[in-house]
Amino acid sequence: MESLTIKVINQVGLHARPAASFVKKAQSFASQILIENVSKRSEKVNAKSFVKILSIAVDHDNDIRITADGDDAVQAIQGLKELVDANFGE
Amino acid sequence: MKTFQGVGISAGVAVGPIFRYESQVIVVQEAIAKDPDIENKRLQAALQQAGTDLENLLQKARVELKTGSNEADIFEAHAMLLTDPDLLDQVHDALYGKHYTAEFAWYEATEYYAGIIAAMDSEYLAARSADIKDVAQRVLRLLVGNNNAASKNISIPSIVVADELTPSDTVSFDKAKVLAFCTRSGGPTSHVAILSKALGIPAIVGIGPWMDELTPGIEAVVDGFTGKMFLNPDEATIKKFKETSSLYEESFRKAMEKTHEHAITKDGTKIEVVANIGGVEDAKSAIEFGAEGVGLLRTEFIFLERETPPTEQEQVDIYSKIFSHFGKNPIVTRTLDIGGDKPANYLKIPEEMNPFLGLRGTRLALARPEVFKTQLRALMRAGIGYNLKVMFPMIGTVQEVRSAMDHVRKVKVDLASEGVPFEENIEWGIMIEIPSAAVMADALAKEVDFFSIGTNDLSQYTLAADRGNTNVVGVADALDPAVLRLIKMVIDAAHANKRWVGLCGELAGDGLATPVLLGLGLDEFSMNPRAIPLVKQHIRKFTMNTACEIAEHAISLPTTADVRYYLKSFL
Repeated sequence: MESLTIKVINQVGLHARPAASFVKKAQSFASQILIENVSKRSEKVNAKSFVKILSIAVDHDNDIRITADGDDAVQAIQGLKELVDANFGE
Repeated sequence: MKTFQGVGISAGVAVGPIFRYESQVIVVQEAIAKDPDIENKRLQAALQQAGTDLENLLQKARVELKTGSNEADIFEAHAMLLTDPDLLDQVHDALYGKHYTAEFAWYEATEYYAGIIAAMDSEYLAARSADIKDVAQRVLRLLVGNNNAASKNISIPSIVVADELTPSDTVSFDKAKVLAFCTRSGGPTSHVAILSKALGIPAIVGIGPWMDELTPGIEAVVDGFTGKMFLNPDEATIKKFKETSSLYEESFRKAMEKTHEHAITKDGTKIEVVANIGGVEDAKSAIEFGAEGVGLLRTEFIFLERETPPTEQEQVDIYSKIFSHFGKNPIVTRTLDIGGDKPANYLKIPEEMNPFLGLRGTRLALARPEVFKTQLRALMRAGIGYNLKVMFPMIGTVQEVRSAMDHVRKVKVDLASEGVPFEENIEWGIMIEIPSAAVMADALAKEVDFFSIGTNDLSQYTLAADRGNTNVVGVADALDPAVLRLIKMVIDAAHANKRWVGLCGELAGDGLATPVLLGLGLDEFSMNPRAIPLVKQHIRKFTMNTACEIAEHAISLPTTADVRYYLKSFL
């Protein structure tokens, strides 16, 4: 199991397009991936579900914690970290 | 010929017949099915078909939307919902656990998530909630066999009028047949606004009061620049709009090229041109259209359509997000401007015979000091390092300003004693929109740092005519000489006391008024972002001397019609 806590610096948070690219990325891995909004003490939700990601309302400057469990857990965390670091390509 | 005023959200002009689009929202009642496998098969088929339809829509959007636009991504997000694992799990449980029909299982699950997300108090998430409902309806239409296609069948190029348009609605029309979009409600950040701009189709929102008069087939002119709509226009009006529409587009395109340069009069006076905004998305379009700051940040969106008042931290977050777009440029923020006509139950505004003459604006703020002080605290905290100016709406008397400023002082003392950092250098001002405030401007100038004239309300209150009342259309005209004389009084009184004056009503974005406002000595013009390029271009055409002469003559004229006729020659 791999995990990582990271700050979302995107202006609109994980809401519109960024949320969609996040889900797409998560879906490209076989591992089970969970995400929680640490700043809002949200529950852990399935990172591959668009509706679940929206429901934890990740705003600009919120910290999120990503946990991956599976054969490609390391790659999954790395891939998602790069996406957040690159500001979702925006 | 009848004239209506809405809000122009996508530039351009259109002339043609009205087409009414009546979207049907499918509501499903709880129902039990015999065989869950059959229901599941029906659902899977509908989901698959919806996926194919969305893929086609996405391709259509990519082709039609201007290059560089990523608005088509909305449909990718929609497609993602059709395969969302958690959403489908819930539907599956409802099918096999509760034996619901495919329709109800899908409807219940999508309504559930749309509800959760809508309750998050974020304008972005509210829009996402609408996305979920849009996709939900798409699948339901396939399930109940109502593909809704007939209603979008436009035979001749028309102006499409609807209560509301979802992204799929907006894109799935045959663009060759859509001259303009008009909707009952919606604002500059609605999907129809974003998409119609990207599609380059003129659009107006907020035509609610006149929806009943917009019968299918009758001829209309839509002016997406000014938000005006003319019903049964005469030949001369049609001709004029057809001619000016192409000229307009050309000059708008030219103005856009120079919109990121300052607006400097011919003789070298630099005029501040800023934007009216009402949300985070607007901040971006303000920058895009060349605003040099914000002349009016409406904060109502934070307070409306919710059950409890927004918390201080929530407000700090939203203000910070908006402020961050403007660096060192001025940001004039207006405190809560709500009255009995707006939905905000927690404010417990008593039912009033006439909310426009009742407990609203700063009067309401003073009667709900906790809500007011929370907003002041949030603004002062979020304002750190920014060029923040705060103004109070609907001021009628000196006493109201003093009471409001008492709260400001108390909040400062509180923050300081709690050791909470806040911005010390905030300018405090008032809106001038009640005639008594205009008359008392010299006394008010001694209480505050600046004025901002709200011509929409000032003209309504001065002429005692409701702008939304179709029986008195055109009476509350900001170019009425009575209103212009009040504006002059306000500016003169402010300048005599070394205060600056802005104007944030629609008049500021109306090219006809530009020379008058320049000549009266207005310091700051604040308008809908899309009006900025042309107004800047217009300012560059005058010297201050000419403008003064024009203003002097305009305010000496006896009627609104005279003023409008005289000013037309300077357009």
